Amino acid sequence: MRLSHISLSNLKRRKGKTLFLALGLLIGIATVVTLLSITQAMKEDINKKLDEFGANIVIVPKSDNLSLSYGGVTISSVSSEVKELSEEDAAKIRTIKNKENINIVAPKLLGAVDAEGKRALLVGVLFPDELKLKKWWEWKGKKPSNSNDLILGSEAAKKLRKKISEKLRINGEEFRVVAVLKETGSQEDGLIFADLKETQKLLGKPGSISLIEVAAWCYSCPIEEIVRQTSQVLPQAKVSAVKQVVQSKMYTLEMFSQFSIVLSLVVLFIGSLIVLTTMMSSVNERTREIGIFRAIGYRKSHIMKIILLEALVVSLASGLLGYLLGTSTAKLLAPKVAGLSVAIGWNPLLVIGAVGLAILIGLLGSLYPAWRASHLDPAQALRFI
Amino acid sequence: MEKFIVVEKVKKIYHGPEGGVQALRQIDLTVDEGEFVAIMGPSGSGKSTLLSIIGAMNPPSEGRLLVDEIDIYGLRQEKLADFRHEYLGFVFQELQLIPYLTAIENVLLPLAISNNISSKEKWQLAQEVLEKIGLGDKARRLPSQLSGGEQERVAIARAIVSDPPILLADEPTGSLDSKTGEEIMKLFQILNQEEQRTIIMVTHNREAAQFAQRVILIRDGEIIGEERLKT
Ligand SMILES: Nc1ncnc2c1ncn2[C@@H]1O[C@H](COP(=O)(O)OP(=O)(O)OP(=O)(O)O)[C@@H](O)[C@H]1O
Ligand SMILES: [Mg+2]
Repeated sequence: MRLSHISLSNLKRRKGKTLFLALGLLIGIATVVTLLSITQAMKEDINKKLDEFGANIVIVPKSDNLSLSYGGVTISSVSSEVKELSEEDAAKIRTIKNKENINIVAPKLLGAVDAEGKRALLVGVLFPDELKLKKWWEWKGKKPSNSNDLILGSEAAKKLRKKISEKLRINGEEFRVVAVLKETGSQEDGLIFADLKETQKLLGKPGSISLIEVAAWCYSCPIEEIVRQTSQVLPQAKVSAVKQVVQSKMYTLEMFSQFSIVLSLVVLFIGSLIVLTTMMSSVNERTREIGIFRAIGYRKSHIMKIILLEALVVSLASGLLGYLLGTSTAKLLAPKVAGLSVAIGWNPLLVIGAVGLAILIGLLGSLYPAWRASHLDPAQALRFI
Repeated sequence: MEKFIVVEKVKKIYHGPEGGVQALRQIDLTVDEGEFVAIMGPSGSGKSTLLSIIGAMNPPSEGRLLVDEIDIYGLRQEKLADFRHEYLGFVFQELQLIPYLTAIENVLLPLAISNNISSKEKWQLAQEVLEKIGLGDKARRLPSQLSGGEQERVAIARAIVSDPPILLADEPTGSLDSKTGEEIMKLFQILNQEEQRTIIMVTHNREAAQFAQRVILIRDGEIIGEERLKT
């Protein structure tokens, strides 16, 4: 027999007290797990929505007298007057303080070209990033894989009379149309999309970038903060935020996550008070018992061990159950209350967190009662029944 | 060994809300190894106080306790606990078993903090001791399922399971009828005579005291007389 046997027997044979203690912790942990899961799901939800909305920051070269609009007519006169951005500038965006919040960086080079006798606007892009950014794009054909592959806007395809897998000569170079976009109703319909490197070669501007679209999100800081940080690393560029629906979502999330933190703290505080009072009254009830242990020759540390072990076992169980209950509640609530489409899963990291938190609170709440128990005067403890 | 337990000029004052209570005025007492001593006296005379001082649980206000030539209250707190574990077995009047542990688990308590024997040996030893005191068949019962006399026996089994040389008992027959009380006293006699354990027992009961070799009479915190008995 070991000391743990004493702890376990006490828990087993005094089920009411044990249950009460466990319940106090369980409710606390379950609440925290529920709130955390929902907050996490909200973040993922926003992440998804953000992808759907595309870029929320646009970076263009600074210019006093010219405005450069996406596909605007002024493009042709830009070349000589405005200092363009470079590929290094695009790389710098990923060095800002909030760099984890930068989701996609999509640099592009714009230029007017001659496409088999017609004037057209060519957009050089990094296809993988561009396609990630423009989740809403629908097209016929396949994804570009070669450097001379093109995607045509629906309008452009019509005007140039080109179909998928046909060749198209641009400024004398031969390209191949691999995909045609469905009508988007935006300027993109009239554009020709090509590989960035090829476009730079074709326009004679190696390393140049005309504009960078960035998808960034940060639920706890305003997008303006990311804009400010980006401006700092790119002093020669004009960085502007594109207002989006997502921002109000972010605000909601921010409020909810603050509310969650406060509620969690309150519930956990109550939980530790329950542990403290339950353990304290248990120690008081067991005064004589503790006197007997001491008379037998148990050291103070043995008494501490018996009581803290009890707390540990209850905490462990409460942590696990609290995790299960909390996640189940979140699974149930997320679609109904928060209207989230993101599935809440079983998160192994959260199990560890929940159990760890339960143990921390259980032990913290029991430390003083255990100390008190171990410091009972054995002669006194045995005197009073 | 002569002079196994020496209580030397011991005084005890309890400080309560109504001022100090002089529980022991001046006690000098020597108990030899293997002796069976009974302490008698009226209620409030300081018997339990004296026993708890000998039991290394209650530091005297003045004086010393020597056991086996060790100055007990000169020891540090945890050493004091170790001393109790090694030298002493306690038996009280009642409510001395842990209610949520079975009889055998209660007997195992002193062994739970010993690391030098295996768990299997511990259980075997506890079972043997229970059988010796005639409770082998009730090992798995909770204290609430045992009679007062049986509970007392379990407590005695617990007191001797780790084989301490000294047994301290505070009114061990106090809550028992005279027949059961006598059985318990016979058990004490066996533990004293056959196993050479030193026993110090506080009692109100004349008949119980007759099983001892010496009776110490105490009144108002002082020893007022002594009686040697032949058994
Ligand atoms: N912890 C304490 N605090 C204050 N006074 C105490 C304390 N313990 C004992 N006393 C007092 O000391 C005196 C001796 O008490 P003690 O318990 O030793 O007597 P006793 O001889 O064992 O009595 P009884 O036969 O009733 O058990 C009593 O007056 C008692 O009230
Ligand atoms: Mg007494």
